[in-house]
Amino acid sequence: MIEIKNISKSFNGRQVLDNVSGVFKKGETSLVIGASGTGKSVLLKCMLDLVRPEAGTTLYDGRDFYVGDEEDKKDIRREMGVLFQGGALFDSKTVHENVQFPLDMLTKMGEGEKKDRVEFCLHRVGLDGTGSRMPSEISGGMKKRVGIARAIVMNPKYLFCDEPNSGLDPLTSIKIDELIKEITDEFDITTVVITHDMNSVLSIGDNIMFLYKGKKLWEGNSQTILGDTVPELEEFVFCNKALSLMRAGK
Amino acid sequence: MLSVVGRYLIFLGKLFVRRETFKVYWERFIDECIAIGISSVFIVAIVAVFIGAVVCVQTRANLVSPVIPIYVVSNIVRDMTLLELSSTFMCVVLAGKVGSNIAGELGTMKITEQIDALEVMGINSASYLVLPKLLASVFTFPLLAIISGFLGILGGYLAGTLSGIITPEDYIYGIRYSFIPFNVFISIIKAIVFGFLISTISAFQGYNTRGGALEVGQASTSAVTNSCIAVLIADYLLAELLT
Repeated sequence: MIEIKNISKSFNGRQVLDNVSGVFKKGETSLVIGASGTGKSVLLKCMLDLVRPEAGTTLYDGRDFYVGDEEDKKDIRREMGVLFQGGALFDSKTVHENVQFPLDMLTKMGEGEKKDRVEFCLHRVGLDGTGSRMPSEISGGMKKRVGIARAIVMNPKYLFCDEPNSGLDPLTSIKIDELIKEITDEFDITTVVITHDMNSVLSIGDNIMFLYKGKKLWEGNSQTILGDTVPELEEFVFCNKALSLMRAGK
Repeated sequence: MLSVVGRYLIFLGKLFVRRETFKVYWERFIDECIAIGISSVFIVAIVAVFIGAVVCVQTRANLVSPVIPIYVVSNIVRDMTLLELSSTFMCVVLAGKVGSNIAGELGTMKITEQIDALEVMGINSASYLVLPKLLASVFTFPLLAIISGFLGILGGYLAGTLSGIITPEDYIYGIRYSFIPFNVFISIIKAIVFGFLISTISAFQGYNTRGGALEVGQASTSAVTNSCIAVLIADYLLAELLT
């Protein structure tokens, strides 16, 4: 379980996150949604300690991520897997080397064991036989899959996905969403997804947090989101043409 | 300006904390030696040969007095090559090639979140990415300076003898005349210092890139400009210290 408590962050005097709190439960796919510029990615970076918040804390199963020495922090980091928006694959390494990289750096596994683990993860994301290709030779959707494979290669307890659908066609987006959901259920991990894609919200959102201008405005799930009457949430949800037509009964 | 220097010094300090294993650095060090050193041999050789040749021709053209012996031409080629051209001039050229490459690579890694990916894994990205580049520069720049010095003198010999400016015997005599071995040492020391400055300043510019492709280009330009300025200032200080 991940717990964020009263996270606040500002840049150059502009408040980006204002007292945001929430709980992301184990075995659930939790979504942080909101329009662009509402602080979703900053919240993720605060949770990963890539950006240190001015106030508040993040607890990983009760362990405060912002206190303790580097070794304590490294122990928690070993339990994290992160899918970055663009995949963040290392350009100079092949797909196989990218997925194997955390094992090389953070474990003492033998070469054979590492190879098996990488092949399992690539198989799990449906990329058998692509290990020798370079990131520049694969599509955007495949990059995301490789990013997921790299994120799960260390058997993480916590999986973070930053806009996993950005730049993808609707069909590939759905497949990526399904993959994230399947992995969460299969490995019983705590998954946090940053998104503004309503398809994702409705299909994989076990728990949804809506951010508006840096504040948490609403919390619920994919069943309750369509019936709620918070104006800012309604505006966000029903700006989608299909959903607005559905709401109007057409 | 002072805050930038302060951030640069903090960045340098970051390279030496939370280091990875020796094996990780060794593999990256070899890769960087190839990328920084071996891939620069061609440009260094071309520049050295032609600059040596030009110094020989220009010196002869300006030494028209009959009282000055002809071997002074190769004497000047030797000292200019060892003291300035093989280290300072070569490093200004390398600041363009290596510096822009380092800043561009790290800047791109920064804006595409590859550096964040390393940090999330608990890896000290600055140390993992920059320290091998620094060590490779400090190791290969002196070797390039030695190659450059040799080829510069050879360039002068070829230009001088093939055009009939100076005989081979006079050129060799001038090269040997009043030779100070310490000058080779000065060239090597300079190359080590310049290698350190170029790699760290360029890495600092690239590592702190914010924004997109435009900012990566700006970081590369700043890396070359600042490296050249640092090399020239260090050149003056070393000249005062070592000669």
